[in-house]
Amino acid sequence: MIALLGIAVVIAGFLIRINPLLVIAAAVLATGWAAGFDIVHTLALFGHAFNENRYVSIVFLVLPVIGLLEREGLQERARLLIARLRGATVGRLLLIYMLFRQAMSAIGLAGAVGGHAQVVRPLLAPMAEAAAEKEGPLTEEKRNTIRAFSASVDNIGAFFGEDVFLAMSSVLLIKGFLEQNHIIVQPLSISLWSIPTAIAAALIHGTRLWLLDRKLKNPKSPSPPSGGEGRVRGR
Amino acid sequence: MITLEHIYILMGALFAVVAALSLRDRANRKRFGNAIFWALFAASFLFGSHLSDFANGVLVLALVVVGGFNFIGRTAPATTTPDQRRERAQRYGNGLFYIALIIPLIALIGTLVLKGSGLVDPKQVTLISLGLGVIVALAVGYTLMKPPTLAPLEEARRLADTIGWAALLPQLLASLGAVFAAGGVGKEVGVIATQYLPLGTPFAAVATYCIGMALFTIVMGNAFAAFPVMTAAIGLPLVVGHFHGDVTVMAALGMLAGYCGTLATPMAANFNIVPAALLEIPDYAVIRAQIPTAIPLLIVNIVLMYVLAF
Repeated sequence: MIALLGIAVVIAGFLIRINPLLVIAAAVLATGWAAGFDIVHTLALFGHAFNENRYVSIVFLVLPVIGLLEREGLQERARLLIARLRGATVGRLLLIYMLFRQAMSAIGLAGAVGGHAQVVRPLLAPMAEAAAEKEGPLTEEKRNTIRAFSASVDNIGAFFGEDVFLAMSSVLLIKGFLEQNHIIVQPLSISLWSIPTAIAAALIHGTRLWLLDRKLKNPKSPSPPSGGEGRVRGR
Repeated sequence: MITLEHIYILMGALFAVVAALSLRDRANRKRFGNAIFWALFAASFLFGSHLSDFANGVLVLALVVVGGFNFIGRTAPATTTPDQRRERAQRYGNGLFYIALIIPLIALIGTLVLKGSGLVDPKQVTLISLGLGVIVALAVGYTLMKPPTLAPLEEARRLADTIGWAALLPQLLASLGAVFAAGGVGKEVGVIATQYLPLGTPFAAVATYCIGMALFTIVMGNAFAAFPVMTAAIGLPLVVGHFHGDVTVMAALGMLAGYCGTLATPMAANFNIVPAALLEIPDYAVIRAQIPTAIPLLIVNIVLMYVLAF
């Protein structure tokens, strides 16, 4: 039971909103202590894992390009494009992007096409805001909601598309794990059984995007949640 | 052959410059904090492969202290004004999109073409292609737009400081997962799950397995970490072994149940917290937009597993 001390630290830390970096470091030290490792061994484990996981941060390599393009008016261009497009609403735009991202992920290109730094911030979110601004100026709360939904379609499209691709790491992980337990399955059958959930994800989030459009149009209905007491970073 | 190590050097070089630019930003009261933070980040990419595990551990702790105790400040590097941007958006037209599309396009082509070429490490072809895409896009941007030499790097600093300490989270959480695994956390959760949870009928076993996948993913931030634990504890012995459910259905849908948890957790920082920082909205706004999709999707997933596996 004491092995779970680290998890308790994480949950408590997030609940009382201590800086997550400190929470994670504390959870690492607590887990090492609970497992009976000395501090040098725990730090070595932590350092080794951090070093092995550097690839997770490579996405930040795009920042100079995205920054340069923002400087030269990329977000404004994205807004102009959508403002001219008749019939473009937030919901429709985000739905099209989500289905596109799901399709790309299903053919194994989740890592190559899409992403929060590459697409959502410079293109998708400004386009979605411009689509909403056709109805009039946006409140801060509505703007935040639209941005949050822009990020959500990137995630949901990728998560519930990628398992349909047979060479995806998650599919290979499943196959590898079952093999260790002496069960041989074909990656293709794992992919096929992922399709019903992929369709359900598109239907459920698609419905919510359609409802989002209705909520944005009707100023009297309560706005959908846009995040609470976190750091508010206005523009 | 180009390997991930070359991309790490590129990454290290970029953040070394960001650190240097931070240092000369006298408008930022906490400029030394910003400079040290990005310099340590750069050092991890430049030298991480040559440092001992313990030295890397000390480096991470230093990053945590600088980032976690609020030693880095928000900055406002010089950039163009909204009016200038609107004017340039008119001038460049859709050319701006074409440059933005260079990165995904090269990542795409690279992934498909370079894999068997022997020029790049085939296991990392997408990440390497992404790096190549960045270089090409930057070269095109410099040629066509003729920005001041340092401008793209100052813009990179502007965005990096917008993300701030959250930039460290995805890597840090992945490392926490590794330490959890070494400390036997997964095994312990499996033991508890089987001892205390209702598993008497096929439906109860399926529901417990799926909800367990989602909850454990919420704690770990990663369905890949939850999958082996919950599947060894409940999926294989009960859903498949005891109740004779189909193993492929159990495994495929079990992983997807975990993804429902990923949508709902700050521990999956690269999907949920970093985007919030990038979009300058409250930390949990993305999670709040996703939870009302995650819950019905989890229910659908449980029903699908029950219907399809038996």
